[in-house]
Amino acid sequence: MYLQLAWRNIWRNTRRTTVILVAVVIGIWSMILLGALMRGIAVGMIKNGISTLTGHLQIHYKGYRSDPAIEHSIADPQAVERVLNKVLPSGARWTSRVRVNAVASNARHSSGVTMVGIEPSSEANVSFIGAAVYQGRYLTQQDQNGILVGEALRDKFETKIGRKLVLMSQNTGGEIASRAFRILGVFRAEMETTEKQFIFVTREASQIMLQLDTGISEVSVMLPGKPDNPDAISELKAALPQDQFEVHSWRELLPFQTAYLRILDGFIWIWYLVVFVAMGFGIVNTTLMAVFERIREFGLLKALGMKPWWILREVLTESFLLLLSGMIIGNFLAFLSIYLLSEIGIDLSALAAGAEYAGMSRIIYPAIEAKDIFMANGVVMLLGLLVSAYPATKAARFIPVKALAHI
Amino acid sequence: MKMVECIEVNKTYQQGQVNVRALKDVSLAIATGEFVAIAGPSGSGKTTLLNLIGGLDSVDSGTIVVDGHRFDQMSQSQLADLRLNRVGFVFQAYNLIPVLSAAENVEFVMLLQGLPAKERRQRAKAILDDVGLEGKYERRPAELSGGQQQRVAVARAIVSNPSIVLADEPTANLDSKTGKGLLQIMKKMNEEKKITFIFSTHDKMVMNYARRLILIRDGCLADDQVKSN
Repeated sequence: MYLQLAWRNIWRNTRRTTVILVAVVIGIWSMILLGALMRGIAVGMIKNGISTLTGHLQIHYKGYRSDPAIEHSIADPQAVERVLNKVLPSGARWTSRVRVNAVASNARHSSGVTMVGIEPSSEANVSFIGAAVYQGRYLTQQDQNGILVGEALRDKFETKIGRKLVLMSQNTGGEIASRAFRILGVFRAEMETTEKQFIFVTREASQIMLQLDTGISEVSVMLPGKPDNPDAISELKAALPQDQFEVHSWRELLPFQTAYLRILDGFIWIWYLVVFVAMGFGIVNTTLMAVFERIREFGLLKALGMKPWWILREVLTESFLLLLSGMIIGNFLAFLSIYLLSEIGIDLSALAAGAEYAGMSRIIYPAIEAKDIFMANGVVMLLGLLVSAYPATKAARFIPVKALAHI
Repeated sequence: MKMVECIEVNKTYQQGQVNVRALKDVSLAIATGEFVAIAGPSGSGKTTLLNLIGGLDSVDSGTIVVDGHRFDQMSQSQLADLRLNRVGFVFQAYNLIPVLSAAENVEFVMLLQGLPAKERRQRAKAILDDVGLEGKYERRPAELSGGQQQRVAVARAIVSNPSIVLADEPTANLDSKTGKGLLQIMKKMNEEKKITFIFSTHDKMVMNYARRLILIRDGCLADDQVKSN
């Protein structure tokens, strides 16, 4: 009957209740949807970062990250592979690469690029390139003179499939090595900078060109399950000679994305508080009006023997039901919006340059995390009840004889 | 046995800059089962005295004892318990909860007392039948006439078998026929259930119904008449 009474009291002023209900609904909807979009941006950034030649972890020769020169190559990749086979969980995939800075040129243009020497079959299981070729074809182990270029680089160089491209880089002897390749395929990447920066040749071709013998620059690993696996990293570190190798997680390899993740929760909290402050004023105002309209009634309740705590509970129950109704509708609308956006996403192509600068995908898909949903609903319910406590306390403190005489 | 005892009760109100002495050294005793009217002109202190007896307000000086409980020795919470379990109120303006039906209004006091729903509903219907509101259980106050609303208020006041019912000008908003019907109901409850009734009134008809008439004038007890049957 308490709930019945509270529910009926809420609807004594339909218009006022509807207004505050709409405010709660919009608040919850925007909290969850915006949280999901921000989370989606983070997920997209990390996914991009990991698939763009990073992987979940990488193994380098000691000192390579601070000075990625060719002298800091891993001379014996097979030793590393033996450790990987022994230590990594089943389902883990890895590939080895040669990665050096180079100059690409044709008859019209030249540009600084990163030459990546890959094992075509294993690379396709680890990074984006395996599925990114949209024109021509992907590399095979036999393509000793073949090269893959990004769409943006191809356009910049005004070239096409079948044409030649010359790469120049420093070899292990400290001399400039150059080699001509023929364009076999053109790839598209999430970001234009990736298309301009990276060109792909076979690992063997790059090793021959750079006189690297069997040497490689890095091993990139994709782990099964979640991207974070500190156990695998510590086991690898323990198994590899520490004076020769370094193991880095994607969090260390992608510092910008890691920093964004770290401040994301803060952003979401700030957004929640901004929405709640606006909503909170509405809740306090509405509840205060509802309390002051019913001063005589609260006087009666006290005269009938209700204790202040019961009146406090009665007013808080009304707020609880109002908030709960708003939360149910708000959550439904938020999930509906997220469901619809998960199909089409939000296309940021028009803002591609700015989005790329931040490492964001061109299309944002919302991502839901249970903690964001609990946080949004928890903030609204707890703070909503907290701000309702003020009018509820006022109602509980009315002196019955004065309240009954109130006109 | 004394149901109510007031000993040298004083009460002063502040109205703006002026102090108004509502009650001056009022002493009286009312026995269990009495049917008493407190009469006097407007502003004489009738409602103040009823509020003090009901524990809705506190005295400036003096002592009030109701059903053996001394108010000056009780906390607000204990007073609330006393009002809930021993005192019934009937107000001039009915003061029903507008969002509850007649039966729910009557049930509300029993809900506060913690009675089970089934028992509440049975007792509420029975008492509404007693006050002549058969079949009107689900009507909201707005759907009832003034007389019917006041009968619901009486039903609410007596449903939990209080020791005493305090009625502040219960017939003031009713026509004489409806008021008379209401008084008959209250007198019946007084006789059958032995509940002590105290009214404040300036209505001659109500005064005639009372077996004891206490007159108050300017905050002082002016007369105290017990009628012989």
